[in-house]
Amino acid sequence: MNKLRFDETICASCKSYDCLVKCRYLNLDLEKAKDEKRKLIKGEDSIVLTDCVTCYSCEEYCPYGNHPFYQIVELQEAKGIYPAPKPITNQQIKMVSPTGKSAYEEMRDPVISLCVFPEAKKSLRGNLFNDPSSFLGKDYFCNLMYLHFGKSSIIKERLPKIIENIWAHKLDKSESKELVCYHDECYATYASWAPAFDFEVPFKPVHFFEYLYNRLKENVKNIKALNTKIAYQRPCSNRLISDQQHWVDDIFELIGAQRVEREFDRENALCCGGPLRMQGRDDLAHDLQRKNIEDMVAAGVEWCVFNCPFCYYTLGGMVKEKKVKPIMMIDLCRLATDDIKGKRSEGYE
Amino acid sequence: MNKEIYDALAKIVGGEYVSNKPEELFFYSRDQGSSEPHNPDIVVLPKTTEEVQKIVILANQEKIPIVPMGGSLTLAGLCIPHKGGIVLDLKRMNRILEINEISRYALIEAGVSEGALQSYLNKNYPKLMHSIPDAPPINTIAGNVLIHGSGHLSQETGFHSEMLNGIEVVLPTGEVCNVGSCAVVPKWFARPPLPDLAGLFLGWHGSTGIITKLSIRLYPKPLKKDVLVFVTENPDYIPDVIYKVTETKMAEDVNLFAQPKPDWAEGFQQTVINITGNSEEEMSFKRRLIRRSLEKFIHDKEGGFMFIVPIVKKGFLEAPLRALTQFADVMKGGGFEYIGVIIPIENFPQTYRDTLEIAKKYRPKWSIMCRVIGRGHSMMFAYSWPFNRANSEDVQMARKALKESNLSALRNGGVIWKACVEGQKIMMEQMDPNTLNLLKGIKRFLDPNNIMNPGNWEVN
Repeated sequence: MNKLRFDETICASCKSYDCLVKCRYLNLDLEKAKDEKRKLIKGEDSIVLTDCVTCYSCEEYCPYGNHPFYQIVELQEAKGIYPAPKPITNQQIKMVSPTGKSAYEEMRDPVISLCVFPEAKKSLRGNLFNDPSSFLGKDYFCNLMYLHFGKSSIIKERLPKIIENIWAHKLDKSESKELVCYHDECYATYASWAPAFDFEVPFKPVHFFEYLYNRLKENVKNIKALNTKIAYQRPCSNRLISDQQHWVDDIFELIGAQRVEREFDRENALCCGGPLRMQGRDDLAHDLQRKNIEDMVAAGVEWCVFNCPFCYYTLGGMVKEKKVKPIMMIDLCRLATDDIKGKRSEGYE
Repeated sequence: MNKEIYDALAKIVGGEYVSNKPEELFFYSRDQGSSEPHNPDIVVLPKTTEEVQKIVILANQEKIPIVPMGGSLTLAGLCIPHKGGIVLDLKRMNRILEINEISRYALIEAGVSEGALQSYLNKNYPKLMHSIPDAPPINTIAGNVLIHGSGHLSQETGFHSEMLNGIEVVLPTGEVCNVGSCAVVPKWFARPPLPDLAGLFLGWHGSTGIITKLSIRLYPKPLKKDVLVFVTENPDYIPDVIYKVTETKMAEDVNLFAQPKPDWAEGFQQTVINITGNSEEEMSFKRRLIRRSLEKFIHDKEGGFMFIVPIVKKGFLEAPLRALTQFADVMKGGGFEYIGVIIPIENFPQTYRDTLEIAKKYRPKWSIMCRVIGRGHSMMFAYSWPFNRANSEDVQMARKALKESNLSALRNGGVIWKACVEGQKIMMEQMDPNTLNLLKGIKRFLDPNNIMNPGNWEVN
């Protein structure tokens, strides 16, 4: 089984312990963080293993790219310390289990993976898009979500076949060998998790926002500035690929959307609460969701923009209750380029 | 049956509403379940109580069996005319006679369907609702009440028969009789405090009289609804899960389902907890109390709440649940046994395990669907065996599964719900002899010529 590229010596010589000190859920001071980190390096029991909410943020906080979160998940699984109740974990494992029934399909460039979200297909149309090839389904699902369940082994078990499917069924005969990943999680799988575990990825992942930005640039004459204030709900998997975060601002600038300054954005972003609900941490989820939405409302935003459908499922209805309109990034862009005023993201609520 | 009877019936209801054509008798000879079909001699569709009365007087005089029928959706063969005679299809008696907004009841005729009342209330009285069973909307309210059915409000308020305020019934000897407050005053608001005669007709499968009107309770319709699904892998936990959820008094409806398809459902018990409210604050409060009530399971990692994507949630929030009716034809061929047992909640684990054993033995496709009744006083435990009616071997297997399920249900301390004739016999074999004699006496008293739905609750 592929092993994590984790260098204990880097953590042992770290002075800041940012991975734990910056964690907004564990509340550890430097001394306590140092102590807990020592336990983690030695593979000992630690409150980090039991209390981690799997927000993925420590991957971003680590200044050395030493994969502190992936190590936590490895230890959780090795010790049987699972964040979620067993039936929920087992059910989730079954829910997106590969079918083995997929087959080759002719694709045109660009090839877009829509993960397992059929709703996304409805938005890939109009002036911005030129009928791109897209696909989705359990046989192409990256499986990175099992990080929330302390189950790296599922990703390790399934990913080689998923990569093989994508290559053989979608990309091998295409021209560019690039895969545009609609969901941050898919991009993070191929750009962060797979290299960290030495899984070979034969194609080049491209973040959907990069593709979206380029489409907007090519259609710049069709853009009508939205002149609106928005809050962006940063998804957890973006913590694994924070170098891609700039696309959000780049896109907003092109379409005339003002990403308001607010407390819980960017590095300080809050989890949508969905994984916490599945883990049974309801009070914490409730508290985070309340704070997050109050922050959006206080900043006077018109829209709450999502890229992760799961975040939308979790928070969409709640922000709407507070008169903030939920929308997927792709649809916000289409609001600027297409005559779909007032039309929201379809199928997410 | 001779021409004189046919002509007499045609005179009562009009020629259009009586038939002895083979193709129509065929349809009235069966339901979707596995019971053996049997043709009636005549089918008749009355429009009024007076017409029903005249038909019954004629049938009693001529000693012709008479089988009242609503939607014929019990799937247990309760409307199959086992001894021929007349099938009295009540679907033309479909008027909604009164909605009392203040005392919250609906006075309806016996042929009013669940769907008709639901849409009528939605349109005209959007603040009121009735308890809707998870059956096709064409099923009749009267039929469901009479089989002690249950629905989306049963967790809070009990069996649908407990939501009955009163009935108008045509006795087998032709008298029209009112039961409930309507027997004394022209209002249909309650059965108490009078001697409760409704029991002479509830659960008797139409063998003691024909209900022509009924009043059922309506309830305030909340503005918001949501669903939580608690997942476990060990049936032994279920009684405690139900106890804790019902203890909060926050749930409107509590169901449970277990089935092998889709793949993610196999091996799990999904307890579906519906909550309703009039504001987000109320909903949030209820959600939190329910979640907290199950904290112990979550802490022990033995149970947790499923994340439900919106499209799936919409399905869970439907009333009736369409997914159940879709499942009915999963084997194709239109065969579907959906019957069950009323059990005390502590008997769930054994009933569940035995049902899975029977499923393993006989049925590739199966579903268990349960509904908590009256804040956890009992549970309707239904097992569904879809089958292909075009395949006689499959029909036989469904029958075997049904019989074994019934026997197992009784062994496990349950009482067979809407029992088919075979199931009634099994229960009567182990019934208290004095109770059996009482049943016999009542039946003889009300139906001296044994014309009403013969075969059902027949005490030899």
